[in-house]
Amino acid sequence: MATYQEFIQQNEDRDGVRFSWNLWPSSRLEATRLVVPVSCLFTPLKERPDLPPVQYEPVMCSRANCKAVLNPLCQVDFRAKIWACNFCFQRNPFPPSYAGISEVNQPAELMPQFSTIEYIVQRGPSAPLIFLYVVDTCLEEEDLQALKESLQMSLSLLPPNALVGLITFGRMVQVHELSCELISKSYVFRGTKDLTSKQIQEMLGLTKPSVAGQPGRPPAPQDAAASCRFLQPVHKVDMNLTDLLGELQRDPWPVPQGKRPLRSTGVALSVAVGLLEGTFPNTGARVMLFIGGPPTQGPGMVVGDELKTPIRSWHDIQKDNARHLKKATKYYEALANRSAVNGHSIDIYACALDQTGLLEMKCLSNLTGGHIVMGDSFNTSLFKQTFQRVFNKDYNGDFRMAFGGIMEVKTSRELKVCGAIGPCVSLNSKGSCVSENEMGVGGTSQWKVCSLSPSTTLGIYFEVVNQHNAPIPQGGRGAVQFVTQYQHSNTQRRIRVTTIARNWADAQSQIQHIESSFDQEAAAVLMARLGVFRAESEEGPDVLRWLDRQLIRLCQKFGQFNKDDPTSFKLSESLSLYPQFMFHLRRSPFLQVFNNSPDESSYYRHHFVRQDLTQSLIMIQPILYSYSFHGPPEPVLLDSSSILPDRILLMDTFFQLVIYHGETIAQWRKAGYQEMAEAWRFAGPLPALKGQPFPDPQQPLRLGTGDWSTNPD
Amino acid sequence: MWTWHTAAALPLNVRFSPQEGIREKHTGTTSIFPLAPLSLSRFTVRHEHRDALLFTILRRFRDELKMNVNQHTPMASPYGQPQPGYGQPAFAPLDTGYPPPYAPYNGPVSAYQTGEPPQGHGRAPPTSGPPPVSAPQAYNQYGGRHQSDMQNGPPPMTQAPPRPVVSQSYNQERVNLSGPPSSYPQHYGSPPAMSHVTSQMSGMQINSGLPNTAGPGYAPPHSSKPPVSNSFSAAPPATYTQALPPALSAPTQAPPTASQQYYGGPPPASQPPFNSSLPPTSQQPFTSPAPLPPSNQPSFAPPPSYSGPPPAQAPSPSMSQPQQSFPPTQSAFSSAPQGSFPPRAPPPTSSQYPPPPTSTPSGQYPGPLPPQQQPPFSSGPFPSRPQMPPTSMSQSNHLPPESQGPLGPPGPLQQMPPPQHAMPGGYPPQQNGAFGQVRGPQPGFTAPYPAQPNYGALGPAPGPAPSTQKRLDPDAIPSPQASDMPTVQKSRHRIDPDAIPSPIQVIEDDKAKSTEPFSTGVRGQAPPLVTTDFHVKDQGNASPRFIRCTAYNIPCTADMAKQSQVPLAAVIKPLATLPADETPPYLVDHGEGGPIRCNRCKAYMCPYMQFIEGGRRFQCGFCSCVTEVPPHYFQHLDHTGKRVDFYDRPELSLGSYEFLATVDYCKNNKIPQPPAFIFLIDVSYNAVKSGMVGIVCQELKALLDRLPRENPDLDSTVRVGFVTYNKVLHFYNVKSSLAQPQMLVVSDVSEMFVPLLDGFLVNVGESRQVIESLLDHIPEMFANTRETETVFGPVIQAGLEALKAADCAGKLFVFHTSLPIAEAPGKLKNREDKKLIGTDKEKSLFQPQVSFYNTLAKECVAQGCCVDLFLFPNQYVDVATLAVVPVSTGGSVYKYTYFQAQSDQERFLNDLRRDVQKPIGFDAVMRVRTSTGIRATDFFGSFFMSNTTDVELAGLDCDKAVTVEFKHDDKLSEETGALVQCAVLYTSCGGQRRLRVHNMAVNCCSQLSDLYRNCETDTIINFLSKYAFRGILNNPTKAVRDTLVNQCAQILACYRKNCASPSSAGQLILPECMKLLPVYLNCVLKSDVLLPAADVSLDDRAYLRQLISGMDVSETHVFFYPRLLPLMKLESGSLPVAVRASEERLSKGGVYLLETGLHLFLWVGANAQQELLLNIFGTSSFGQIDTTMTSLPVLDNPFSQRLRDMIDSFRAQRSRYMKLMLVKQEDRSELIFRHFLMEDKNVSGGASYVDFLCHMHKEIRQLLS
Repeated sequence: MATYQEFIQQNEDRDGVRFSWNLWPSSRLEATRLVVPVSCLFTPLKERPDLPPVQYEPVMCSRANCKAVLNPLCQVDFRAKIWACNFCFQRNPFPPSYAGISEVNQPAELMPQFSTIEYIVQRGPSAPLIFLYVVDTCLEEEDLQALKESLQMSLSLLPPNALVGLITFGRMVQVHELSCELISKSYVFRGTKDLTSKQIQEMLGLTKPSVAGQPGRPPAPQDAAASCRFLQPVHKVDMNLTDLLGELQRDPWPVPQGKRPLRSTGVALSVAVGLLEGTFPNTGARVMLFIGGPPTQGPGMVVGDELKTPIRSWHDIQKDNARHLKKATKYYEALANRSAVNGHSIDIYACALDQTGLLEMKCLSNLTGGHIVMGDSFNTSLFKQTFQRVFNKDYNGDFRMAFGGIMEVKTSRELKVCGAIGPCVSLNSKGSCVSENEMGVGGTSQWKVCSLSPSTTLGIYFEVVNQHNAPIPQGGRGAVQFVTQYQHSNTQRRIRVTTIARNWADAQSQIQHIESSFDQEAAAVLMARLGVFRAESEEGPDVLRWLDRQLIRLCQKFGQFNKDDPTSFKLSESLSLYPQFMFHLRRSPFLQVFNNSPDESSYYRHHFVRQDLTQSLIMIQPILYSYSFHGPPEPVLLDSSSILPDRILLMDTFFQLVIYHGETIAQWRKAGYQEMAEAWRFAGPLPALKGQPFPDPQQPLRLGTGDWSTNPD
Repeated sequence: MWTWHTAAALPLNVRFSPQEGIREKHTGTTSIFPLAPLSLSRFTVRHEHRDALLFTILRRFRDELKMNVNQHTPMASPYGQPQPGYGQPAFAPLDTGYPPPYAPYNGPVSAYQTGEPPQGHGRAPPTSGPPPVSAPQAYNQYGGRHQSDMQNGPPPMTQAPPRPVVSQSYNQERVNLSGPPSSYPQHYGSPPAMSHVTSQMSGMQINSGLPNTAGPGYAPPHSSKPPVSNSFSAAPPATYTQALPPALSAPTQAPPTASQQYYGGPPPASQPPFNSSLPPTSQQPFTSPAPLPPSNQPSFAPPPSYSGPPPAQAPSPSMSQPQQSFPPTQSAFSSAPQGSFPPRAPPPTSSQYPPPPTSTPSGQYPGPLPPQQQPPFSSGPFPSRPQMPPTSMSQSNHLPPESQGPLGPPGPLQQMPPPQHAMPGGYPPQQNGAFGQVRGPQPGFTAPYPAQPNYGALGPAPGPAPSTQKRLDPDAIPSPQASDMPTVQKSRHRIDPDAIPSPIQVIEDDKAKSTEPFSTGVRGQAPPLVTTDFHVKDQGNASPRFIRCTAYNIPCTADMAKQSQVPLAAVIKPLATLPADETPPYLVDHGEGGPIRCNRCKAYMCPYMQFIEGGRRFQCGFCSCVTEVPPHYFQHLDHTGKRVDFYDRPELSLGSYEFLATVDYCKNNKIPQPPAFIFLIDVSYNAVKSGMVGIVCQELKALLDRLPRENPDLDSTVRVGFVTYNKVLHFYNVKSSLAQPQMLVVSDVSEMFVPLLDGFLVNVGESRQVIESLLDHIPEMFANTRETETVFGPVIQAGLEALKAADCAGKLFVFHTSLPIAEAPGKLKNREDKKLIGTDKEKSLFQPQVSFYNTLAKECVAQGCCVDLFLFPNQYVDVATLAVVPVSTGGSVYKYTYFQAQSDQERFLNDLRRDVQKPIGFDAVMRVRTSTGIRATDFFGSFFMSNTTDVELAGLDCDKAVTVEFKHDDKLSEETGALVQCAVLYTSCGGQRRLRVHNMAVNCCSQLSDLYRNCETDTIINFLSKYAFRGILNNPTKAVRDTLVNQCAQILACYRKNCASPSSAGQLILPECMKLLPVYLNCVLKSDVLLPAADVSLDDRAYLRQLISGMDVSETHVFFYPRLLPLMKLESGSLPVAVRASEERLSKGGVYLLETGLHLFLWVGANAQQELLLNIFGTSSFGQIDTTMTSLPVLDNPFSQRLRDMIDSFRAQRSRYMKLMLVKQEDRSELIFRHFLMEDKNVSGGASYVDFLCHMHKEIRQLLS
């Protein structure tokens, strides 16, 4: 048997799952004593080049409240053509198409290596992808120009059959009709008025009286003609839209001295959401919001237009001095929820020197799986490249994005699910496997993840419900099944099923085993997510105290020490790094708001709760590489001792890359050595010095990676 | 026409004497009309008659005295004299009477009245007697009276009353309406005072008697120029008859003879005899009476001259009492003459003459008369005189006569008086006779009688009256019909329509009189009528084209004003367009400090500012406050106290001018932006289908080049914007940099906003390509629309918001089709409910349905956003509500019901073109300042007021008039008069801020007679109609009508009581200036607004209601009393003389053109001459005329050319294009046409003129009793 580390790695590679404990304590009481809950980081769409999807529908347990998918853990009676559900023990006959099944002729889903399997289902019409640009026009000319170019460029990146739409806003909100032949036409909304979805659809002429007359029925997708006015296939309106974008002017309304431009972000989003809601509910769509400043009027206003009143700071918030905060947050949350219900995700691309209201708007992306990108200007490579990266393609030539995901968790009886933390919303599906004890977004076994990327990772928390006095037979295994339905970027509907199982262990007798099965990296990230989740609603110090207590309890449980002798304290290898992670976490911007604006905090947290384990760890504990002439780059301690004159340090915090030149190196640079041929050795690793982009192998996975910066020597 | 002379009247009176007679003795200015006598009144009347006779005799003596004077004048120029004389003599006495006399007069009056009736009877008979001839005579008489009245006018002395003439003739006319008038009462509950009329008639007779006495006096003059005089007397009648196309010639001829006879001596004898004998054998006597009138006429002529004197001397010795009684009337007369003479000698005479002109058909009259009159005028023109004090005035009056001949000598009061005395007696009777008798009696009686039946129905004693009337009927000769069917006439019970004051006559009189430019320098001088084409010289008061007043002599005290009930109002048209030969107001720049103003009341520098202390200070004419003259404005004074630069500075020497406003006068202290025009086009299904959208878009392309501009050489600075809408609004970005226009749809109509700033309002020159592309695309884009619902409130809001965003003023052109029922602010529901009409709830239908538009209007005004609304409804659109914003913002509403591109396009396009191009000011504030003592209290028109003094007009164009009512808040002094300064601050179409100032000074009088002598009925009607039309918002329509009638009755009763000579209550005595008040008032009462026909929709009424509110006097005039032109003969250079708007005046063989200012009808008689038809239509067959044609075929013959030119010129005159409607006699469409024959009864129950006159008379009598 391989080490736990190998096991963990293998599991992650195969299933995209990392559990905090890889042996599960067999009773609730023991589980509670372990401090770190049984939980996992799950990456639903982890890229699996080696996993071709199967072209048929999954076979599901026939019990109505189970519906677990046939998996390798199921017991199969090949003779009787019956399989037993490993979650509810229901015996199910195979469907007719499985008539030829036998021990030697098994379907893929029964093979152990297919603990994760993807099905392509043919249900329903396949809807094209939808991209709705929502563009702020209250930008500086230069910014707007850059943005326009980026947008025009993006048209060429879109799949030709994707539908695009354009909404621009400033003081007013304009929904551009893209199909007009004679003269260009747009619908305009006042930026200060909160409109209901129904009103918006009426105003856009999307409702037909007949449809309106039938209450209770969800608004059916309107006939193609109606919806097409605003959302058109890229290939048809490519030229039109390019021109339209080209003619886009800055918001013409004068901005008086001492005022901010009036920006109706709230209404623009409301209109975007309303438009999609009315035309393409439950279809994958991406609302891409580009803003250059905070919403200054109407619903969702974050700050008034008086420049003399600065946008809220943490200080203001703590003193309850942020007038618009609650209202705006509530507004955007409502929007986000509506959007999430319909499976539309919202990206926010905010480029401004000051805050843009991400704090209030973060839920738009957080709840719908959208991206948040924060930069200083649209005219920076940061934005341009990041934006381009949104449209990156995978090895199959498909976009690295999926829509309308619904992730369901099924557990075996001893286990219940407490909640999830990640870019998802609850679908309020209360099944037998739902715990009353909520952690994160709980109370449900299904979550909606409107937009998924291969790296989107959720933290899922479980509770062992087995009572202490009802021991699990030796060798018993607990199982968890993740069923993720989503719309692939090639418009196929797919279902990915991941089924994993872990052994139960008696915490009293097998505590050593359990300890060694601890995945401290996963545990650190999972605990950090819990902390960040709490920090959203609780005071910072409380969260820190909670974290500290958890750490102390864990150490108490597993640490080896003699009383009153601090030096005798020892932790086993599987726990050795955990305190260090917690140390860095306490100092991290996810929990510390000092020196960060509310927007920045929101931005950091946004990324933290959606990245996979590796990235999350980097966020918690930055990596410092040292480049020297003495060997290959090596990681070094995050310590001033790492600063040496003849080294170049590169620190990766996920959000930023910082390069530090040692004293000697700096002198060389001043002397211009890097220009010389013999300097190639460090010119290689540091082309940034010459102003060239730094090649970062991880970049493709990293959305919204921060600035590159160097020390100012 | 109106030159009724006492002589003519007398005969009638004689006959009618039993019942009642119309009289006017003293009241030279009053006109008496015979009205159908009330049976009851007859009896009483008779008793009175006797007394009246006594009085009349006394009067005659006075008159004779005057006559003497007159005689002198006659000598000079028989023609002129006669006329002026007539009026004057009678007037003269009045004048004397004026001030002090009043009280006495009143007493006498009552007495007179009693006495007069008999006279009237006497006269009446005569008129009736000579049926054919008499009729003409009657006319003459009327004319005479008018004239005399006119003359009286002068006496007022106040200052040359320009109009006296007209007023005179009317004033003195007393209409004897047969008691029966009750007939009309249909509307009016109370039966008209027909009896009065009859009594008046009797009075007339008496007058005639007097004339006789005077006759002698006149005789000499006449003898000197017998023919002339004859002609004169005859002329008037002739005119009348002429007015009635058919009988004209015959009557005219007859009259002369009759008149001659009259002169002979019938007068004295005739009256008594008539009275007694007439009742039974009225006809015969009439013939004799006829002669009398002529004599009267001559006598009149002298009177004018006399009149002057009398005033000065006041009461003549023995005659004094009677005179006093007369004085009021006389004064009126004298004033008239004076006024006319001094300032415009011509006018008075002309007024007298006018009759002749009207008579023109008869050629005879016109010819002689005009010449006569003219001479007097020429001589008469005593500009200085008018200014002279009352006494001087009297002299001036004399002067005119002098000018005529020997009058000069008489000038001295002494000489004059005697003649006057003699004359007065004679004259008054004459006048009375003339008025009452001439027409009243003959026609009147006949009419009354026939009418009586009607009236009877109404209430008064019909029985008796009828009988008498019947007798009289035969006399009804005067009417054309009479001539056609004499026998029938006899059986008719009617007042002869020809016997009552004729608008046509008055108009023609005034035209003839106004030959010289009207100079505004004389205070208290009434300008020529609006129907007269005259030239104006600004000499310190605003041109009548800018300001017209109801009265040019306003009472000094509130009590007087209240007593008279004459509304004191001015109709101000601040930006009126002037004819090409008159200079537009000069632009004055007082530099950075802005216009010089009084420190206290802020009045602007004007001719009324008195410079003192060597020019270092000036005293305000309004509040008397003394203000320092700023150094840069200082100028030395000359020896007369005038600034040396008096003539260099418009603000010192002219009545109207403009100041350049400084930044202090701008909103927010910012120089205004050039205004913008925004076109908002309904593109719903109806709009597209009717073709409106296409037409508008097509036309706009051309119109954009013709936006208003200040410098014709430069491009207009007006920016334009475009919006289309149905249930949602589409804004268009037409920025010049765009290749194609962009449409911005705003569907959120609940809270309108403007979706774009840059590119919405653009300069036409820069964005022409884009705009044209847009206008091409609009019809195409909506060609297949199926949207039928529209919004309206948001449309205006959109325009308003756009202007707000652009920070400028401007005008919205809204082209709208249907009731806005789509869900939006200002949504309306269909509330048309025919059942409510006539009930107390009717008023609610004129009120806006929702208050939304009032609020919106307020916002529009604040922004300077004027809204013009073009409606194309196919059904009820609730004009009452939709028009709120246009009306409050100084905009216009145009309505094209059942618009069809083919037939209505021309009208719509012409309206649109004119509306777009017309000179306009924006963001205007009008302030009317007055001298201490009066105050502007009420305003009528298209505007908004947020406080009690500032009239705010978002837009003010050249066609908009504001009527301002004044009330006393203190006493006024006769010396200083009353000053009015109307200042309008506005933004010109070039974006320049300016102040237009109009100044007006009127006289103040302490005598009611002065007031009555210097009124302008057209303006009064303008005021009354606006007042009434506003009244229906809050009162039941019937109550409003009653109020109107009541007020007029009070006005006339007050005159009768205080200014007219005592006479029988049966006499209807009208002030000369208000002679037409009843007929015009009747038109107002019969208007669709106050008395809707069954087929008139609520929308139409609401539309008219708002339309009237912005009309000036000339528009209301033609609107209420349409112009009906016979087209049988067209001469180049002059229009045919109009005929009275009555079916009786239409000849089957003729073709007529009727113009109302809104409609144009071409009526083709069933028997129209083939040649005529050929000339006009190119076909000689009546049956082949296509009534659907909207324009006449272009034929190459002079007649066709001339007719089309005429129609074009009419259209050019009016602010709205008149669509030509072809009406064939006995066609169905004739019903519509008949609706505009205002003197006739109409289907909706409107009274005929005659009936109404009777009713009015009755009302007056009730007030007097």
